[in-house]
Amino acid sequence: MSFQLTYKPFGPNAILIAWPQVITVEILKDIKGFQSNIEQEHIDGISEFRVAYNSLLITFSNQHIHFEVLVLRLKAIYEQDASSKPHPVTKWEIPVCYNSTFGIDLEALAHTKQLSVAELIQRHTAPVYTVYFIGFLPGFLYLGGLDEVLHTPRKATPRLQIEAGAVAIGGNQTGIYPSESPGGWHIIGKSPISFFNASHNLPCFAQPGDQIQFKPISEKEFNSIQKLVQAGRYNLNKTEVVC
Amino acid sequence: MLKVLRLGLYSSIQDLGRKGCQQYGVPVSGVMDRQSAALANALLGNDENDAVIEVTMMGPKLQFFKSTIICISGADLSPEIDGKSINLNAAVVVNEGDVLSFGRLQYGMRCYLAIQHGFQSEIVMGSRSMYQGITASQVLAQGQELHYKDSEVNLTAKHVVVNPVSNLFKEKQLKVYKGPEFDGLNNVQIKGLLDCDFTISKDHSRMGYRLQEPLCHNLNAIITSAVMPGTVQLTPSGQLIVLMRDAQTTGGYPRVLQLSAEAINVLSQKNTGQSVSFKLVQ
Repeated sequence: MSFQLTYKPFGPNAILIAWPQVITVEILKDIKGFQSNIEQEHIDGISEFRVAYNSLLITFSNQHIHFEVLVLRLKAIYEQDASSKPHPVTKWEIPVCYNSTFGIDLEALAHTKQLSVAELIQRHTAPVYTVYFIGFLPGFLYLGGLDEVLHTPRKATPRLQIEAGAVAIGGNQTGIYPSESPGGWHIIGKSPISFFNASHNLPCFAQPGDQIQFKPISEKEFNSIQKLVQAGRYNLNKTEVVC
Repeated sequence: MLKVLRLGLYSSIQDLGRKGCQQYGVPVSGVMDRQSAALANALLGNDENDAVIEVTMMGPKLQFFKSTIICISGADLSPEIDGKSINLNAAVVVNEGDVLSFGRLQYGMRCYLAIQHGFQSEIVMGSRSMYQGITASQVLAQGQELHYKDSEVNLTAKHVVVNPVSNLFKEKQLKVYKGPEFDGLNNVQIKGLLDCDFTISKDHSRMGYRLQEPLCHNLNAIITSAVMPGTVQLTPSGQLIVLMRDAQTTGGYPRVLQLSAEAINVLSQKNTGQSVSFKLVQ
């Protein structure tokens, strides 16, 4: 663990640990590794860890914890562990139907990029994306790894309503809307998968550090997977990856 | 059972919200003004986390089909039972068939209707707080029925009427801590932030309060990172947004301040056009 970190109070009940201001998989691994080392210490009073691209927020009850004391303890934990242990993550295969009924901006985007629709889909399905964290909406995965050719400024005027499952590109990011929401991203397809389920023990199947790959499916496959999802009988394809 | 006969402006069931779910992108939610909600629950001998109805500006009309004891705290929306005005901050017996309605808003923004043992609505992810996509609905609906437990309806010596001495409704100063990006502001900007009054714009909700006067600054956007209820964001155009209980869990605007728990309660009782200022505490 070798980054220069800053430790700042964020109100009386939280500490924000910040890594350098860049988005890389190395930083994500470092954050995850640090979090798991802190968790192993079972520090009394810590209530939650929240990972983002280059930060870890730790919330705590200030009846048990004093900020300065906690910082010293965290610094010691960070310095202690110099090796980044390889740990397995899950790679999820996410079925997406890229047709123009669902991908309402697909053709316009391909035209802007001077690609054929097939080339655009190929460039979107080829990368293995990394899940950095979950935020914005319940179950919204912040993914890294979008092909630079597909980077596209957000729409000037956001749409008032985007359907749950919409697969979209905005800026240098791609993502799936987990629930109906307004949004300014370009919609290129739709996934029949449910990305958030409040009644499940783990409401999101993916967690920070996991990997995602999109798999193109036909509208017919979309419909049959959707039925299975609704019946609670669809199992995502997944593989364990050590990285 | 209680039935919603007529809707108010925005009424929802809330408790102290969802803890430990923000890592999944789920907002904290819960009562906006914890002080007033806690008072209403305390006066009934309830648990602090018992679910209450948060009523905003214009109250609903509610009919009780089983006798119980209620208590209303927070904003004064002129509550009445069967046309007779009732006290705030006091346990009140309601009988089968009684109708609770609200009148003119006298002060504040939100009041809390607590009921003996709390409302027994669905618990999702450890909380009864209503939030779109988490609970079945986001607000109370016309005709909706809410359940509550049977209880003794005799007022006893423990059921006191209180006159809270708090400054909750008159206070305009919000006690704040430095946010993670505070140190990026220069002295002129800090002076502007801490010495000026800010007016509450018409854009305010359970998600956040936008303030009217812009603050000139040269802070860059940050890489998306965690935010919390009470985080004050500074947008590129200089608008300050104070995030409230239903706020998203992450954001990309610089986080210049963080409200104290007390300040979130104070702001929750403010309406469009009222002004607030920030006071840094250590």
